[in-house]
Amino acid sequence: MSTVPISAYLTLALVLFCIGLYGALTKRNTVIVLISIELMLNAGNINLVAFSKFGMMPSIDGQVFALFAIAVAAAEVAVGLAILIAIYRNRKTVNVDEFDALKH
Amino acid sequence: MMEFAWIIPLFPLLSFLLLIVYGKKWGSAAPYIGMLLTFASFIVSLLVLVARFENPTYKAEATWLTIGDATLTAGFEVNQLNALMLVIVSLVSFLVHMYSKGYMQGDERISVFYSYLGLFTFAMLGLVLSPNLLQTYIFWELVGVGSFLLIGFYFYKEEAKAAAKKAFIMTRIGDVALFIGMILLFWQVGSFEYDEIFASVSAGTISSEMITLTAILIFIGAVGKSGQFPLHSWLPDAMEGPTPVSALIHAATMVAAGVYLVATMFPVFAASEAALMTVAIVGAFTAIFAASIGLVQKDIKRVLAYSTVSQLGFMMLALGSAGYVAGVFHLTTHAFFKALLFLAAGSVIHAVHTQDIEKMGGLWKKLRLTGPLFLIGTLAISGVPLLSGFFSKDEILVATWVHGHTILFLLAIIAAFMTAFYMFRLFFLVFGGEARGDTNHVKESPNVMTVPMWVLAFLAIFAGYINTPWFGSFLGDWLTDGNAALGHGHIEGPIWIMGLATAVSLLGIALAWLIYSRKSLSRDWLSSRAPYAYQLVNKKYYIDEFYHFTVVKAASILSRVARLFEVIIVEGLIKLITAFITGLSKLGSRMQDGQVQTYGTVAFLGLAVLVIVLALTGGYL
Repeated sequence: MSTVPISAYLTLALVLFCIGLYGALTKRNTVIVLISIELMLNAGNINLVAFSKFGMMPSIDGQVFALFAIAVAAAEVAVGLAILIAIYRNRKTVNVDEFDALKH
Repeated sequence: MMEFAWIIPLFPLLSFLLLIVYGKKWGSAAPYIGMLLTFASFIVSLLVLVARFENPTYKAEATWLTIGDATLTAGFEVNQLNALMLVIVSLVSFLVHMYSKGYMQGDERISVFYSYLGLFTFAMLGLVLSPNLLQTYIFWELVGVGSFLLIGFYFYKEEAKAAAKKAFIMTRIGDVALFIGMILLFWQVGSFEYDEIFASVSAGTISSEMITLTAILIFIGAVGKSGQFPLHSWLPDAMEGPTPVSALIHAATMVAAGVYLVATMFPVFAASEAALMTVAIVGAFTAIFAASIGLVQKDIKRVLAYSTVSQLGFMMLALGSAGYVAGVFHLTTHAFFKALLFLAAGSVIHAVHTQDIEKMGGLWKKLRLTGPLFLIGTLAISGVPLLSGFFSKDEILVATWVHGHTILFLLAIIAAFMTAFYMFRLFFLVFGGEARGDTNHVKESPNVMTVPMWVLAFLAIFAGYINTPWFGSFLGDWLTDGNAALGHGHIEGPIWIMGLATAVSLLGIALAWLIYSRKSLSRDWLSSRAPYAYQLVNKKYYIDEFYHFTVVKAASILSRVARLFEVIIVEGLIKLITAFITGLSKLGSRMQDGQVQTYGTVAFLGLAVLVIVLALTGGYL
């Protein structure tokens, strides 16, 4: 049985993280930004799973952590979308460029 | 009494301070303040002089600064020369203060005028009292400032402004040399004190080349201040100032400061034959050079200005011929008769409102007081026997002859002839003959102006008797008393010199009378025969033009180059730096736009930089 080496997992996670980061920093639509953040989160999950098999002390802990993270992420997305809807109701837009209240 | 000599310069200083602060408020009372305070300093000076007859030199000093091993002191000294100068300066200053009351009547800036006069008198008296070179230098520059302010008193006239600047800059050129000479002496001697400088000169601790060098550098400072060739051309231009100022500063006191400095430093000069020779040659050349220009000038004050330059040349010639007494004696008599001439000229100008002698004439009958007074001054400066100028000029000629300068002696004789000629030319053109201008409204000046002239006329006649070959050289014996370096109190010379000097001055007067009064010789006789020579003299030997095309042009080209350097290189560099900083800050402010995404980018880039640094350095930064 040919095994996939850890470098492949880590490269995948890295690529995924970079795509997520790029999306989070450049996209104008808030929904896309949230989705990009999910990508980054899941890149982290891949790392957790990969190290649970190939780490110094392989055990099930990493996979449990990944499951936790998915659950927490689901909750977080729910909250994020709720905030987004609240903003949309106020500002009638989901364009990130319009949200510059930090400047003031 | 002499321990109170320090108070003498403080009176005029007080006058300056009071008038500069309260002058506007007091208005017409300002002249009285100035007169009162300068009179006080004259009285104290007189008492000090009398006290100096009885007592030895008084000197008081306090430590001013200690730098390393060297100690700089400040204080005052009353020796023979100082005491004499104090009286001359304070007396002429007081008389000029009094005269100005009439001359400047109605000028709304009269209080400013008096405050400047106070400042100048303070500086001049301080200069005279200084016991060391450094203090002398400080007052030397202050005197220059006073002169600058007073020449430029009518600052709304372009010529006055230019003349003030010219006077200041040209004397500064000499001052730089003086400063270098001073520093060299300090380097060699380790002190600015006159006494210590003279002591090490006579002890021979300074090499003779160094003595010559420093003496000549100091002499260049004196050349600038005393209007000697080649730094003379500021003095005639300085006549743009009010006439009382010309009498005080540019005839009697400040321009004599150069002569005074050489006289004070005389032991240093006497130690170097080359330095003495330089002084004598420059003096003799200036005497004849300025006298020849004086022959053709058409402005009453300019004739007097060139005569001042010429007479200062005589003094330098005397000092350079080891005639210390002769130089100081001529300085004294010249102060009186030249101040008298300037005040009388001011009185004429006051009456006819012009300075052009071609527009005067026939004033003898109109100005019954000024005329005779001017005549007294003219006789004195021409060296007519029995007046003061005769004795002092005779002393100079004797000193030159005895010292063996035959050529310089001849130059001096010719200059004396020219002096008599141009002074009487001036006198006949102004007072003799028929009126050539409108003289109907001419009125004699008020008493406040004529009284000072009477005092000066008295001195111009009798001041010579303090040092004559007939009644004993009282001044000379006193001046050189107890100081062998200054030479003898009286120099014995052949008797024919006195006869020759008399003959020459009478000849000059006779020639002027023939040409300008009897008109038996045409005025154009010489100028039409030698037009180029006339033109050369009339244009003052093109000295100003020469300076304009060499020094001024060179300086302006240099300043243009410097300006280009400034604009392109210095300002360019500064603009580059500011542009870089501005750009950086603009970038910074663009980052802070309230966008979470931008902040995220910055944070991520920062992290990336940190990681890269960590990777490159292995974590050991």
